[in-house]
Amino acid sequence: MAEYGAERYGPSADVPPDYRVAGRHAMMPAANHDEIARFNFLANLVKYVSTRVLPGTAVAYQNRAEPAFEDKHGHKPRDRREVRKAMEGDPYYKIWSALRLNTMEMRQQAGRSVVLRQLDELNAAAKSLNDDKPTLQLDPSVEIPRYIGSVDNHLMPGSYYTELVADDVSPAANYDVGIFVTTQGLFGLHTDGAGHGLVKWLADNHPDLKINRILDIGCGLGHNSVPVALGFPDAEMYAVDVAAPMLRYGHARAQDLGATNLIFKQGNAEALDFPDQHFDLIYSTMFVHETSYKALHRIMAECRRLLRPGGLHVHLEQPPFHGMSPFEQFLRDWDAYYNNEPFWSTVHSLQMTDVMAKVGFDRASLFETKVTAVVDETIFPKAGDFDYGRGCVWYTFGAQAEAA
Amino acid sequence: MSTIDVFKLANTRAKGKRPNFLDDPAVERVLSITLAVAGELAVTRERLDTVERLLAKNDLLSQAAIDAYEPSEQEAQQRAMWHQEYLARIFRIVQQELEALERSDPSSEDVGATLAEGESD
Ligand SMILES: C[S@@+](CC[C@H](N)C(=O)[O-])C[C@H]1O[C@@H](n2cnc3c(N)ncnc32)[C@H](O)[C@@H]1O
Repeated sequence: MAEYGAERYGPSADVPPDYRVAGRHAMMPAANHDEIARFNFLANLVKYVSTRVLPGTAVAYQNRAEPAFEDKHGHKPRDRREVRKAMEGDPYYKIWSALRLNTMEMRQQAGRSVVLRQLDELNAAAKSLNDDKPTLQLDPSVEIPRYIGSVDNHLMPGSYYTELVADDVSPAANYDVGIFVTTQGLFGLHTDGAGHGLVKWLADNHPDLKINRILDIGCGLGHNSVPVALGFPDAEMYAVDVAAPMLRYGHARAQDLGATNLIFKQGNAEALDFPDQHFDLIYSTMFVHETSYKALHRIMAECRRLLRPGGLHVHLEQPPFHGMSPFEQFLRDWDAYYNNEPFWSTVHSLQMTDVMAKVGFDRASLFETKVTAVVDETIFPKAGDFDYGRGCVWYTFGAQAEAA
Repeated sequence: MSTIDVFKLANTRAKGKRPNFLDDPAVERVLSITLAVAGELAVTRERLDTVERLLAKNDLLSQAAIDAYEPSEQEAQQRAMWHQEYLARIFRIVQQELEALERSDPSSEDVGATLAEGESD
């Protein structure tokens, strides 16, 4: 290691792992040598832009944009909107933005080009693993909500739900095959660090909670459903999502990873057809920022209806804006404006405790905390904030329903 | 037979108006093309690296061997560092822009004018 290690190169030797260390499973699209090299390049590009280019935006702000704003207005920017006014024309901010935007777009192109050339094989593989099992419950009457259908979230062409052919899994396959580019493996071998983190948090904080029925809302392809299903092998677990391709792929993947107690069900988390007080644990990971103000309230009300007395609901999210400097808030808002995360800004300005109280949760039952990713540290030795707004520690909120 | 146009669909845009950050859309377009070319060169470099390492290791060389090649942790480290150095090289101008922001220098012309003081006397 010496020749290329930190002894000679210092921080320059801190680089992403090779794509090949990422976890595989039966549904993972096959990538050839050059496709893997493309993911390696893009992972390095993300790392370069976030560690070498991004920090300069703070310098541009302090040395140029903030003084110019103060000259013009007689005071420093007071909130993130004024920081935006000060910064949006700044040449350094513009080149960082343009690079970041291209990185996102290139990651999508790279993933789709791998997936679409083997679309028929992938759809056939899902079909054979799913094999009309009762644990996959699709419902074509479920509509795509406006907050998902208006723009394609995080610049993902066709979003989670678009089917290019019948029984399509391509949106999920693209999501899965390319996620390494943005996570660099820091969310774990199977991008399941949040799910493992939640299992650990439950063991540490609620060791006596009886958990027989679990619900994961906005499960996507189940990256963070599988570790929870495996962590509670005797529980019956539902994972719901509006997007059929995510569920088809997720179910096939979960079968291969051994999570056979996990039922993937198509449904809208705003109104689900489970009986009242059905679940002991309801949770979500990286979900609420992709909804809307009204939907969020309905989803929280639905959690309240579905929790049994003494049951727990927990949501892992990006950190809220409270307590951050206006400049940091402004940087985090980038996703809201340019990465097609239209609810991002609003959701991070909200007090989640107020939202939960509004739908009827007793204030005394509410909590806000942090959950840390649990990943295989032999391969990914350190966790940290590696790409702005995407740390390995999540802001976590929820409530424990009053006991009967 | 697949019914979809793979090349076209792989490149398709996401729904939602695309922002333009740079003042001239033509420059924005050139940046996208340049980054794509940069990526493809990186891919070629990594492939060549694989070929060279395999040639050194084996007497024969096959397509399957290239696709099955798994770098060791140390080799992967070295390759990723190549990517970082390569990126540093192609984004030199961005780094230098930041350095200039941190410490602004006078232009040579301005210095020249100072150095020439007294010349016409
Ligand atoms: C960012 S993904 C999160 C995926 C997953 N929880 C994870 O940790 O990987 C958000 C998912 O929420 C789904 N979704 C959005 N609104 C929904 C709703 N109202 N009901 C159910 N699923 C929804 C989307 O289809 C998408 O798959």
